[in-house]
Amino acid sequence: MEHTDLLIDWSRAQFALTALYHWLFVPLTLGLTFIVAIMETIYVKTGDEQWKTITKYWMGLLAINFAIGLATGIIMEFEFGTNWSNYSWIVGDIFGAPLAIEGLMAFFMESTFFAVMFFGWNKVSKKMHLLSTWLVAIGSNLSALWILLANGWMQHPVGMNFNPDTARNEMENFWKVLFNPNGVSKFLHTVSSGYVLASLFVIGISAWYLLKKRDIEFAKKSIIVASTFGLISSIYLITTGDESAHQVALNQPMKLASMEGLYEGENRAGIVAIGLLDGSKEIGDKKEPFLAKFEIPNALSLLGYHKLDAFVPGIDDLVNGNKEHNIISIYQKMQMGKIALKALSEYKKYKEANDTIHMQKALKIFEAHEKYMGYGYLKKPTDAVPNIELSFYSFHTMVGLGFWFLLLFIFTLYFSIRGKIEDKKYIQYLALFTIPLGYVAQETGWITAEVGRQPWAIQDMLPVGMATSNIATTSVVITFWLFATLFTGLLIAEVKIMLKQIKIGFEGY
Amino acid sequence: MDLLTLQEYWWFLVSIIGALFVFMTFVQGGQTLLYSLGHTEDERDLLINSLGQKWELTFTMLVMFGGALFAAFPLFYAVSFGGAYYIWMGILFCFIIQAVAYEYRKKPDNLYGERFYENLLYINGSVGIFLIGVALGTLFTGGNFIVNSSHLSHWTMQSYGLEALFNPFNIAFGLMLVFLSRLQAGLYFLNSLDAPTIINRIKKVVTINFIMFLILFLLVLGTILFSEGLIYNSATGIVSVKSMKFLYTLLDIPLLFVLLIVGILFLLYGVFIALIKNNQKAIWFTSFGVVLTVMILMVILGLNNSVYYPSLADIQSSLTIENSSGSYYTLSVMAVVSVLVPIVIGYIFFVWRSMNKTKLTIDEIKSNSHHY
Repeated sequence: MEHTDLLIDWSRAQFALTALYHWLFVPLTLGLTFIVAIMETIYVKTGDEQWKTITKYWMGLLAINFAIGLATGIIMEFEFGTNWSNYSWIVGDIFGAPLAIEGLMAFFMESTFFAVMFFGWNKVSKKMHLLSTWLVAIGSNLSALWILLANGWMQHPVGMNFNPDTARNEMENFWKVLFNPNGVSKFLHTVSSGYVLASLFVIGISAWYLLKKRDIEFAKKSIIVASTFGLISSIYLITTGDESAHQVALNQPMKLASMEGLYEGENRAGIVAIGLLDGSKEIGDKKEPFLAKFEIPNALSLLGYHKLDAFVPGIDDLVNGNKEHNIISIYQKMQMGKIALKALSEYKKYKEANDTIHMQKALKIFEAHEKYMGYGYLKKPTDAVPNIELSFYSFHTMVGLGFWFLLLFIFTLYFSIRGKIEDKKYIQYLALFTIPLGYVAQETGWITAEVGRQPWAIQDMLPVGMATSNIATTSVVITFWLFATLFTGLLIAEVKIMLKQIKIGFEGY
Repeated sequence: MDLLTLQEYWWFLVSIIGALFVFMTFVQGGQTLLYSLGHTEDERDLLINSLGQKWELTFTMLVMFGGALFAAFPLFYAVSFGGAYYIWMGILFCFIIQAVAYEYRKKPDNLYGERFYENLLYINGSVGIFLIGVALGTLFTGGNFIVNSSHLSHWTMQSYGLEALFNPFNIAFGLMLVFLSRLQAGLYFLNSLDAPTIINRIKKVVTINFIMFLILFLLVLGTILFSEGLIYNSATGIVSVKSMKFLYTLLDIPLLFVLLIVGILFLLYGVFIALIKNNQKAIWFTSFGVVLTVMILMVILGLNNSVYYPSLADIQSSLTIENSSGSYYTLSVMAVVSVLVPIVIGYIFFVWRSMNKTKLTIDEIKSNSHHY
């Protein structure tokens, strides 16, 4: 059941729209819940009412952000069914479990204690309130754990086998799904990016108060907490980023090559730290892919495979094959995939006819070629290559900003400890203008992860073209615009409300 | 535990989650009563804030319902969500607007004004619940889908689910849930607010909504029990028609029949003590009744060789708990995880009690820096 390109594009566009909007709000929630939990802990430990005010103020901003994150989140869960119904059947046996566990383990914790956190100040004891705040933070992050494990599984499917009778993948080892290295590194990298964004948010807004010379004590205290939290998270983010890249190199070499704009594979491959891609470059044309570049030698081999002299395959090697390094061409994989699909179809036909001998024969052929089944759906070898420009620029933007954030946290913490943050106007301006950059880094990170793995819904197994629901394109176009209008309208309201609350300041908390 | 037992266990769990969701829709019902019960701004603030402490639980229950269906019965998730597209998208639309409406309504500079967000809450409480009722109604009336030999499905009507809105049973089911949610909301306010002016208006609201609910409930229940249903043969999987299928299921499994009667009696008793004796704890009786009744109505769909999602396009494509479930391994893993359910219910109960130990007043809302 193949779908038209238009339907696939609109289905992808709708999911991308939802994911990108959702991801505008969730990282802040992931980090800010911990920051307010730390602030409240200081309040409970010291009894200093100023910390209570600070906690309540940031909680107020958290609530505004939380609501819209939740709203966009519910759609994502249901869109797997509405827009990716074939996907839901083909891998639902594995993918559905983390989603259900997420609901049971994380959402209830988050939503139950959320009410105590916001409305329970005078209804429960100080300690119970503090516990509730921590449980909201833990619940939010647990929720991220399960959904990112599910996402990690899509990038590196493990712990399952294909059942030819039900024509779907079935889970055979839950622990492998749970401890999938790709999922674990994705979780750690993603949540720590949320901590960094939240720290930037707190520091940036506090810097604005310092620039305006108001709420100074509150702002300075907020900066200390956020800078410490941000610096630790930032170091952790870079470490987990390294592990993420290693996982990509092992399991998604095409994604790594696209992220780096690497066409011809090489030993001791370098990382292009800054580069301008040549838009006229074609796969296999031997042209230099960059118009200009600054490269760090050996770094890609080291980053991807943790060896200075490791061979990193390029896009040309992966598409056309490379005998020296035992890389099969996409064309060969497509041929084997088609054999697998034909054998599967014959298996079903013989099964219906109760022809056991031919059934077993077809099954053997299928099993011999099953690994490449997903490639059987591709129309041409270049379909296996994601959008290189988008992957390259997104990845480099994210990495560059990540290092800038680290530097900023060092500055803000250093000047805070020395008691000079109030006087350093340029740091205050830098902190303020870094807030939007935090969001840019979040979105480009998400684009790197999701565009880079195209055309696969499930890596090497299920292309997006096979995963979509079999519905009219018009239906998806209608809901796309409906959601785009609604999300944009709500986003504008959210930003306006947030700005107003910031202008009001700590007064009244 | 064999596969069928696991499938039945999961259908039972899905039924409980569905029933708990229906109970929690008092939040939505309350959102449609803001202006009938709240005549001043303070009164409306009080109503919204009492609901505002619970809306996330309802929301989570809906997400959990979807998640459990996805994990345990992925073919239903694929067939219904991917086919009855507009109905599910309509439901999603109605729930997106709820989340932000609570938080943004009273905030200065909220761009669209307070009334706009109250309208969003109204849409969520009325259209949202009606559409959920219609979607649940299709579990009895069916959908226009075909499932092929690879278990991939497609919808045969270009209206992608909108046709369900023209089925009288689905409409009655949807309206029944709307009136039930409003009835429950009235009883919830009675239990949780310290505001005599509002309390005085509740009796009328409860009476009207109870009468409307009762008429529709009897209509729906009668149709379910006395209409034809689909059954399948466990050995061959072949689906056929049987008259009064669900009535026979209740008679075949008397415990379900007894529980259904008990559920209905609790509901009626709750309304009775609220209207006649002004009992403020009536919500707990009606809620127990609602959970039990909805649960049994859901359970009979899946048990006793019943088809729980009939196909109107090809009867043999109809979904049963046997042909649409996850694998044995996945259902087993999920069954182990389900031991967390009592823990979750436990802490929800504990928090609910802590937060509702005193009745909510307008002064309390005003004294809290965070309110809706």
